[in-house]
Amino acid sequence: MNKGSKILSFGHYQPSRVLTNHDLAQMVDTNDEWIQSRVGIKERRIADSETVADMAGFAAEKALAASGLTVEDIDLVVVATCSAADRSPNTACRVAAKLGIAAPAAFDLNTACSGFSYALATADHAIRAGAARSAIVIGVEKLSEITDWTDRSTAVIFGDAAGAAVLTAVGDDEEPGVGPVVWGSDPSEAIAIEGWRPYIVQEGQKVFRWATTQVPGIAIEACKRAGVEPSELGGFVPHQANLRIIEPIARKLGVNPDVVARDIVESGNTSAASIPLALSKMIERGEIKSGAPVLLVGFGGGLTYAGQVVRCP
Amino acid sequence: MTREEVIAGLAEILEEVAGVDPADVSEEKSFTEELDVDSLSMVEVVVAAEEKFGVKIPDDEVQNLRTVGDAADFVLKNL
Repeated sequence: MNKGSKILSFGHYQPSRVLTNHDLAQMVDTNDEWIQSRVGIKERRIADSETVADMAGFAAEKALAASGLTVEDIDLVVVATCSAADRSPNTACRVAAKLGIAAPAAFDLNTACSGFSYALATADHAIRAGAARSAIVIGVEKLSEITDWTDRSTAVIFGDAAGAAVLTAVGDDEEPGVGPVVWGSDPSEAIAIEGWRPYIVQEGQKVFRWATTQVPGIAIEACKRAGVEPSELGGFVPHQANLRIIEPIARKLGVNPDVVARDIVESGNTSAASIPLALSKMIERGEIKSGAPVLLVGFGGGLTYAGQVVRCP
Repeated sequence: MTREEVIAGLAEILEEVAGVDPADVSEEKSFTEELDVDSLSMVEVVVAAEEKFGVKIPDDEVQNLRTVGDAADFVLKNL
C-alpha cells in the first residue's frame, strides 16, 4: 500500500506535418475564418507513417528521460486511446517493448477524450493499492485515420499526438500529487466511432451543450475533493475540444485566464492526448510553477468524464 | 409573463451571449441569418433562456426555433 502517487515528468510528441485551415479549405467547403470562429483552431498535426504505438513510445521516452527513473523502475504502463487500430498486442505492450520495460502490467483503456484522466486515476489507484510503484501513463490518438475527410463538420477539428506522464509512489512523509478523481458517464450516442472501419461522427450542438453545462460542476467537485479553490489553480487543462467550450468553462470556474491551456489553437482536438500534450508544452515553456495545483478535466465520447487536481512536477 | 416581456428577455440574452444589439431584435428576425447567431451561440441562448424563463428546451427542439417569435411562442407555451 502507498499513501498516493505524484507526477515526476511529462513528455509529448506531435507529428511534423502541419495541416492548416487554408489546407483544409482546399479539401472541403470551409475557410479559416469559419473554423477559427467555431472551434478556435488554426492548425493541427497529422501523422504520416507514425503509428499510435510509435507516437506513444516517443512521448513515453521523453517523459521517462525527464523523470529521473529508468526502465527498471517502471512496473505499470497504461495507455488511453480510442484510435489504436490493432486489438492485440495492445498499445501499452508495444510501448513497453519499444522502451525495453521488462514485464510491466500493461493495458489500454478507452474512454475517448476523457481517457488520460481515467488512465491517470487508474494508475494512481494501482499505486495506492500497492499493485504498482511507478507507472507511465499515456494519452495517444491518430484521429486522422478515423476522420471522414469529406465531412466538413468534423474534418476541421481533429489532430494526431501523444502525451505521457511518469508517476511514482510518494513517501510516507510526502503529500500525494495526484488528487481524488471525479469520474462518471452520461451514456449518449452524441459522439460515435462505430463499426469495423469507423469514422468519428458527432452531434456538435448536443455535445457543446453537455460540455458547457455539465463540465463546470465536475471541475468544481474535483477541486473540492483536492481542497483547492479554482482561483488558486496554477494551471487549468481541460480536454482541448473547442476553444468555445474551454473559455466559458474557465470563466464559470473563475480560473485565472493566464493559466488556461489553449493548445487546441495549434494542435486541434487530439482526444485522449490533448491534456498531457497541452500540459507538457505549458511546463516546457515554464508557464506553471513546480508544485502548483493543476486541474485536469477530460470529457467526451461515451459520454464520459474524469477530472482531478495534480501537483505540477 | 407577457409576450413583450419574453421578447425583451430574449433580447437581453442575445446581447449577453452573442453581442446582438437589442434594438435589432424583433419577432420576425431569424437567429442565424439576420441576427448572425451561429449554431453554438444558439445553444448558449437556449441554455440561458431555460434559466431565465424556467422552461425546458430539448436539444431536438432547438432547430425549430428559427426566429425570435418562434422562441417566444415556445417559451409562452411551456411556461
